[in-house]
Amino acid sequence: MGVRTWIEGWPVYRQLTGTDPLGRGAAAQSPRSKGLTARTETADSMARSVCPYCAVGCGQRVYVSDGQVTQIEGDPDSPISRGRLCPKGSASKSLVTSPLRQTKVRYRRPYSTEWEDLDLDTAMDMIADRVIAARAASWEDADDEGRPLNRTLGISSLGGATLDNEENYLIKKLFTAMGAIQIENQARI
Amino acid sequence: MAEAHPVGFQWVMEAKRRGARVIHVDPRFTRTSAVADTYVPIRAGSDIAFLGGVINYILSNDLDFREYVLAYTNASTIVSEDFRDTEDLDGLFSGFDPEKRTYDPSSWHYDGHEGEGDRQDTHMQRETASALQHESHGPGVPSDPDRDETLQHPRCVYQILKRHYARYTPEVVERICGVPREKFADVARAWAENSGRERTTSLVYSVGWTQHSVGVQYIRAGAIIQLLLGNAGRPGGGVMALRGHASIQGSTDIPTLFNLLPGYLPMPHHEQHATYADWVDSISHPEQKGFWHDAGAFCASLLKAYWGEAATPDNDFCYGYLPRLTGDHGTYQQVFNMIDGKIKGYFLLGQNPAVGSAHGKAQRLGMANLDWLVVRDLFMIESATFWKNSPEVETGEIVPEECRTEVFFLPAASHVEKEGTFTQTQRLLQWREKALDPPGDARSELWFFYHLGRIIREKLAGSTLRRDRPILDLAWDYPTHGEHAEPSAETVLKEINGYEVGSGSPLSTFGELKDDGSTVGGCWIYTGVYADGVNQAARRAPREEQDVAAHQWGWAWPADRRILYNRASADPQGRPWSERKKYVWWDADSGEWVGHDVPDFEKTKPPSYRPEPGTPGVEGIAGDDAFIMQGDGKGWLFVPAGLIDGPLPTHYEPVESPVTNPLYKQQANPTRKVYERPDNPLNPSAPDPHAEVFPYVFAVSRLTEHHTAGGMSRTLGHLAELQPAMFVEVSPDLAAERGLTHLGWAHVVTARAAIEARVLVTDRLTPLRIDGRVLHQIWLPYHWGSEGLTTGDSANDLFGITLDPNVLIQESKVGTCDIRPGRRPTGKALLEYVEGYRRRAGITEERRAPIVTTDEG
Repeated sequence: MGVRTWIEGWPVYRQLTGTDPLGRGAAAQSPRSKGLTARTETADSMARSVCPYCAVGCGQRVYVSDGQVTQIEGDPDSPISRGRLCPKGSASKSLVTSPLRQTKVRYRRPYSTEWEDLDLDTAMDMIADRVIAARAASWEDADDEGRPLNRTLGISSLGGATLDNEENYLIKKLFTAMGAIQIENQARI
Repeated sequence: MAEAHPVGFQWVMEAKRRGARVIHVDPRFTRTSAVADTYVPIRAGSDIAFLGGVINYILSNDLDFREYVLAYTNASTIVSEDFRDTEDLDGLFSGFDPEKRTYDPSSWHYDGHEGEGDRQDTHMQRETASALQHESHGPGVPSDPDRDETLQHPRCVYQILKRHYARYTPEVVERICGVPREKFADVARAWAENSGRERTTSLVYSVGWTQHSVGVQYIRAGAIIQLLLGNAGRPGGGVMALRGHASIQGSTDIPTLFNLLPGYLPMPHHEQHATYADWVDSISHPEQKGFWHDAGAFCASLLKAYWGEAATPDNDFCYGYLPRLTGDHGTYQQVFNMIDGKIKGYFLLGQNPAVGSAHGKAQRLGMANLDWLVVRDLFMIESATFWKNSPEVETGEIVPEECRTEVFFLPAASHVEKEGTFTQTQRLLQWREKALDPPGDARSELWFFYHLGRIIREKLAGSTLRRDRPILDLAWDYPTHGEHAEPSAETVLKEINGYEVGSGSPLSTFGELKDDGSTVGGCWIYTGVYADGVNQAARRAPREEQDVAAHQWGWAWPADRRILYNRASADPQGRPWSERKKYVWWDADSGEWVGHDVPDFEKTKPPSYRPEPGTPGVEGIAGDDAFIMQGDGKGWLFVPAGLIDGPLPTHYEPVESPVTNPLYKQQANPTRKVYERPDNPLNPSAPDPHAEVFPYVFAVSRLTEHHTAGGMSRTLGHLAELQPAMFVEVSPDLAAERGLTHLGWAHVVTARAAIEARVLVTDRLTPLRIDGRVLHQIWLPYHWGSEGLTTGDSANDLFGITLDPNVLIQESKVGTCDIRPGRRPTGKALLEYVEGYRRRAGITEERRAPIVTTDEG
């Protein structure tokens, strides 16, 4: 270590000669903190996203490293939010990485007291069978005067306000083609 | 707003920094009140009296923005001589049928047109929430009704309005709302003074306004004020609805709602819309002016999007495939049908009705009586575990070993694990990029529904049943990608936008949609979001590089307009009302409308344009008809058609109220939608005997740190620590009256339930002086349930189910209750405890709460 490096390593020297006369920033920085980089800088990728909570629509930047979300922060470019997030939006990394998140299909048989595991493909097949059966058992072709009804009142669905437009579009399209009309979401409540 | 939409509230603070005065009216002092210039405590459920008082103040002091009002509202229009007001009929308008409890609205119509417009049965309209179709347009009215520009005709809207609100004086506001008259006068004066050519006032509301038996009329009352003061269609003005979910606006525009199809087209009703022509004509009103005249193109293009090649002009584009409504199929009717065993299967898609919907017990008992239930969510929510971990399991009303419901829990992809658009509360679509794949079995709803449809189609392939044709003919070929065969959200967005069938080129505006089957358009109001083959919702030019309207960020429907009806930001001659409030104006040199936004008007139609009388369609819109989606081109102070409960907002008490309506013998909304069942008991309301068993008013709302039913917040460590327990907030006076201790336990009781919570004694709740006596209000957050990191009783369990007649939204922002110190009983003793209250309140299985309480009408 040369003398010059030794002197410059002395915080008070940096404080007196540098841009940080109050010694609250660069002057007081240790070599360790100087060597640190934000995980947003080293992230493998960043996706431009939108907060999933209320309807203000704050911009989010979602950072991913090694296949994991490492940080979610406000998007400073957004004219809506100017980079800010509320306590919920700020907690959205916990939302997507929470250990409480369910990642496996769970199945409860009629009259059972416990959950069981179920394969996703099997679950999809079972649900499709139940939809077809419910529809067949409750199908209404026409009213008393012969006017078309083309529907089932045996199937209901609730929810959509947390989902994408594209998702709501497919949900309504499929249910309408199946004759299921009891389709509702949070906008009704 | 600071509490539930904190980041949006930064703009209120920005305005305040520039000199705006912020006024907050709320039953409870919140984080908004803390930074407002003026905080006004009000009795929950009395808002129309307050707003009516403001209208009266404006009209009796001639403070309306007269030039705006004359040009852009229906103030001068003459109303039928058959019309009678609630002031004449003790709380009812003319045309009331006490049997059906609905109105024949013909006497509300414009003079000489009593027999015209929507001739639908209003009972049917109520059952199908048909007023929702008018979210983007007004119902049918004649385009050129008689007017009196002097506003002196006794039957012109202006004079009717003046008479209707004459009794809403500061003294009456004080008596009904508990707002001292000086305080009220200060707000009314500030609102009027801050409106006009040079200044505008913005009105902001949230779900606190919609969840009432008169919710639509609350918003109407606000709109009347904004129209009278010239605050609609202008920068800094408007009525701003702050909605509570990331894409609740999108799920209304592209509705997962029973009574609507995309773009507010009605779901067909078996009587009204038996044929394709019936359906189209009911929307387009062929004789009427305005953009809905082209509804045939929107309808045909939607059916082409649904049934593709199978949909041809010869078969009315498969209109016959659409299922039909016969009445009320809304979520609350469904719940009672579940309890009655009529529904077999139920999908829950990111919604948690066991906590989030009114009357939690009914919700859970309904789910316990299904053949099967599919829950798709990020976390294990109360609606998935009602069979093992609900209040009814505790009381023995649900016994797991006897509960037949088969439950599938399918984990969902989060917002960062899929791509697609949210539509936020100002109609702005924003595309989200996908950050990574969802974990394990988690999938997007796009994946789930695409593959569910694919599997069902495979299973039904070869079926010759007529009912299976709509499924087999469905246009369902979406390209997929990746390991899990995820469908392409961008392809779906392109279908929503619309394209030419032949070339496949995306359309730029809804004006390009055709009624001959040559275009596809999945949601006509969204046409343009994929203009030029570019995903416009994905635009993200940094805010610093943009002008005030930020048009290079996202895309707003319709046509990327950021302020609706912005033609009204210029005067009738097309000049800005003032330099300060310049927004969109007519540029005579270039012969077009120019400014900071996409004009909400035909770009080259001059202000001086006048159509031949009776010209229908877009040509019928005059150069000064700023409200282009309305049949008469005017903003409606008075609603001649389309509402179930009256042409003008009138003060009715909440369905459960300790206060007798001081204005009319008609106590509450006479047309409200009710479900009279023993499992939906209502507290007696004043002036009925036993109303005093439930002497307090309660309201519920949100905390900053939690979200709706808690599934996305009580499950997170940070948020659960910030707000760690269910609580009930009371004033020191009420705490003394009932012996409640700060941080101790209390329980709140209604005819439906008793729930417990920690007590928070604060000055944030103000005892109010109502009609000469002190009235206490209590407040609860509604986020808690039995799952998650912090658990507690659910406030929505306290509510019964009574709905606004226009949109079938429940009254769950106000009710009556009792509050007592200590925890509630548990097990069967809880049922007996609540039954004891019902007995003391005279509530029996046979009792029917009186609804029509006046003999007039």
